[in-house]
Amino acid sequence: MIRLTSFTRRGLPWLCALALAHGGALATAATINVYAAASLTDALQKLAATYQGQSGDTLVFNFAASGVLARQIEAGAPADLLFFADEAHADTLEQQGLLLSGTRRDVLGNSLVIITPPDQAVMTSPAALTNAVYQHVALGDVKTVPCGAYAKTYLTQQGLWPAVAPKVVPFDNVRAVLAAVETGNVDAGLVYATDARVSHRVKVAYAVAPGAGPKIAYPLAVLKAAPEPAAAQRFAAFLQSDAATTVFKHYGFLVPPPPAAP
Amino acid sequence: MSSAEWQLVGFSLRMALASLLLVLPPGLALAWWLAKFNWPGKTILETLVTLPLVLPPVVTGLVLLELFGRHGPIGGWLHHTLGLDVVFTWRAVVLALAAMSLPLLVRAARTAFEEVDGKYEQLARTLGAGEWRVFFTITLPLARRGILAGILLAFARSLGEFGATIMVAGNIPGQTMTLPLAIYQAVQADDDTHAWLLAGISALIAFAAVFTSEKLLGRRK
Repeated sequence: MIRLTSFTRRGLPWLCALALAHGGALATAATINVYAAASLTDALQKLAATYQGQSGDTLVFNFAASGVLARQIEAGAPADLLFFADEAHADTLEQQGLLLSGTRRDVLGNSLVIITPPDQAVMTSPAALTNAVYQHVALGDVKTVPCGAYAKTYLTQQGLWPAVAPKVVPFDNVRAVLAAVETGNVDAGLVYATDARVSHRVKVAYAVAPGAGPKIAYPLAVLKAAPEPAAAQRFAAFLQSDAATTVFKHYGFLVPPPPAAP
Repeated sequence: MSSAEWQLVGFSLRMALASLLLVLPPGLALAWWLAKFNWPGKTILETLVTLPLVLPPVVTGLVLLELFGRHGPIGGWLHHTLGLDVVFTWRAVVLALAAMSLPLLVRAARTAFEEVDGKYEQLARTLGAGEWRVFFTITLPLARRGILAGILLAFARSLGEFGATIMVAGNIPGQTMTLPLAIYQAVQADDDTHAWLLAGISALIAFAAVFTSEKLLGRRK
């Protein structure tokens, strides 16, 4: 009983003050829910620190494969802004009328790389993947993970898909592919150039030139059902500013996205 | 149902069966040991055996991934000496299912062994039966219903396992994809029809297993 009284006397006023301060902050600034492709994790978190300081808004990120995010948004997830790694899943949402019209922009581009654990040899061509040394090749799930779909398209273009397909270990998102190669539990993986850049534990064995593979573009759009559409549009504008472009380029993104391969 | 779905069901049943065969000998031995003997520190072993039942399955998966990964203590050894890869192969599926179903088997079998009246075992011993013979002719037959119920529960648990499996075996169609993983994949890929079909199949199999298990336990009362 003594302990409880002591808490009521000393602790409770503090708790009340804390709750009030917190509630007050929420009332003046918006909380923006950003559903973003897993490959954007580092760049967006870096930008978020800057933007939150500038605007007073709070950014809440949901990083996952774009296909997974699209599914969540279809199911009614309270997203304000989407930032996907492919056009296809943004198209699906647009066709259902879920995007705020006129807000969709292709902001970034990326390219594919083949990564391996650091002790593996460099590849002279992607055909090396058919070599028996590479037993397990990690890819994003081709249905839900854009990077997986791009990788399949690229390997198909190269005539390698039939040989590589039986070796494929699919993962839930591109960062899971990166992690699998980092642990050495798979022999190779296909990720974006930007993912390979944030890891010191993988080696880029082969880089696909941006023009040689499928066009990789990152669409940004505000959702029609966004709880905070105005704040989301302000953040979307910030993501297209010169300051943000510098950060994206630092992480290796291509700004603006390159044109489609001939 | 298409042939791919039949294949999936067949694969899931085979994996669950393989894991059952893997856990049955050590599981029964452990259950018998826990039921018949007391020693200091026994509670620690009991707790460890039950742990996979209450830990988040992904934690069990994480531990297995560390141990059996290509650079892990057991996985590394298997890779270098036998050229055997475990993670992201069907072997990892069996391993995950085994780890997750062992506690259910041990708990059920242990209770069944404990309920065997020690008088019969003692009687067999006085008639000259060795410990092995006592176990196989007295203890095991008398405990069989409880053990069978445990086996069915373990089997049903295996068929539903998700978290540990996806961590250590991945979700490779035709190689490591079991029913629950296929349902997850179908939902992710926006294919609800397929997901519901597989969910229905899973429910049927689970119902059959639990129903049989209940019947076996019920008859004993």
